Amino acid sequence: MSARVAVTVSVNGTTHRREVEPRLLLSDFLRHELGLTGTHVGCEHGVCGACTIRLDGAPVRSCLMFAVQADGHAIATVEGLAPAPGRLSVLQEAFRDAHALQCGYCTPGILMTVSAFLEETPDPTEEEVRHALSGNLCRCTGYQHIVDAVLLAARRLREG
Amino acid sequence: MKPAPFEWHAPDSVEAALALKAAHGDDARFLAGGQSLVPAMNFRIAQPAVLVDLNRAPGLGTIAQDAEGALRIGAMARNARIERDATARGSHPILAEALHEVAHPQIRNRGTLGGNLAHADPASEMPAVMLALGARFLLRSLRGAREVPAEEFFLGPLATALGPDEMLAEIRLPPLPPRTGTAFLEVARRRGDYAMMGVAAVVTLDADGRCTHARIACCSAGPTPMAAPLAAAALEGSRLEEADIAGAAALVRQEVDPMGSVHASPAYQRHLAGVVAARALRLAKARAA
Ligand SMILES: Cc1cc2nc3c(=O)[nH]c(=O)nc-3n(C[C@H](O)[C@H](O)[C@H](O)COP(=O)(O)OP(=O)(O)OC[C@H]3O[C@@H](n4cnc5c(N)ncnc54)[C@H](O)[C@@H]3O)c2cc1C
Ligand code: FES
Ligand code: FES
Repeated sequence: MSARVAVTVSVNGTTHRREVEPRLLLSDFLRHELGLTGTHVGCEHGVCGACTIRLDGAPVRSCLMFAVQADGHAIATVEGLAPAPGRLSVLQEAFRDAHALQCGYCTPGILMTVSAFLEETPDPTEEEVRHALSGNLCRCTGYQHIVDAVLLAARRLREG
Repeated sequence: MKPAPFEWHAPDSVEAALALKAAHGDDARFLAGGQSLVPAMNFRIAQPAVLVDLNRAPGLGTIAQDAEGALRIGAMARNARIERDATARGSHPILAEALHEVAHPQIRNRGTLGGNLAHADPASEMPAVMLALGARFLLRSLRGAREVPAEEFFLGPLATALGPDEMLAEIRLPPLPPRTGTAFLEVARRRGDYAMMGVAAVVTLDADGRCTHARIACCSAGPTPMAAPLAAAALEGSRLEEADIAGAAALVRQEVDPMGSVHASPAYQRHLAGVVAARALRLAKARAA
């Protein structure tokens, strides 16, 4: 075993400090060290997108980073999306209203991807939405309802 | 799966990173975006004893035009940043066009151009773009620095001219002459997948619309990115009329050496090479005018 390394990260605004092996994946750090199991793990090779989190604002695969690399960085996970307990964000509500999830396994990764996408592209075309979703696999919905939900959320966010 | 244990170093200077690589040689790997290396480590296809993480070494991520108008891209510039960079979009629009096809937005947020080129996957888009642009790569080690042209850098699948102590430090792209048009097009099963065939085309016209210079390079077309010099030479002096483009496309089909995959037989890839090359050349011509 290699020597443990200290990591200090901010996750959804809370600072955490741990000592971990360098080979610990960020996805496992979030799930097993911090108990934030909303970040899902599907493939561990970057393909499925279930583990997508935001690192300093940018959506990235948490299965393709080592936790030690996140030292000093700010992470956002699906647990941080809702504005208050018992309330959903506009994006989450649009997913519920448009039936954009069935089993929900892919949903956290998709929400983290789309939350960043809508900040950069507040008035997207359907084609842009489909491109933004290309890195997230969903085995249930057939994607149409997810596309609908993203367009719905975009409209609601624009209308305020 | 989970990676095997390794020793992790995150040096805070390029010199320190080079010293670590020199000390550990082939036992050590540079860690750039991790978007190819970490999957391989998770599968335990790669089990480096030492990782030299470049993410904290300053000075490797700049994107800027030099005095001669060449675009210099630091190896650690993230693909997503290059895609959005105003200078790069202005001087070499083919970069953003091709990067749009490299994996998915989340992968491009981490993945670097240097990592992508050093990985040297023959299915990868950017190595072909580098051949088409006549790129030169700055390789650094404690022994010094050397510049290697793209066509001498890619030696085979996942094999490059990088020595065990060398780092790809910078990518240098000569300026495009006036009346130059570029295009990158590919055919893939889904957005973000590796291409079944991709073609980068660069054409320069004179004031009368005659082609003075052309370069064509393909990805997923052989053991390395594959240039098509015969096709390019055949276009020079022509007006890039449909018959000229058809002739060049026929040569491209002969110059590629596709290996086939579960998605496409070599014969189908060869067919695609001609079709995609013709489309890319038409687009490059329209953009040059
Ligand atoms: C789901 C998925 C889909 C993908 N699809 C595509 C695609 O369609 N097209 C495509 O081109 N790529 C694709 N990729 C690969 C992606 O583009 C990678 O980002 C890229 O190939 C590697 O860049 P990196 O910065 O992540 O490098 P790393 O993974 O960190 O490193 C890759 C290799 O290069 C070495 N290396 C890195 N930097 C240097 C350096 N400066 N000097 C010397 N050696 C160095 C490393 O040691 C390692 O061996 C995909 C990846 C994933 C996970
Ligand atoms: S678990 Fe990270 S992309 Fe699938
Ligand atoms: S809702 Fe089941 S995988 Fe997407």
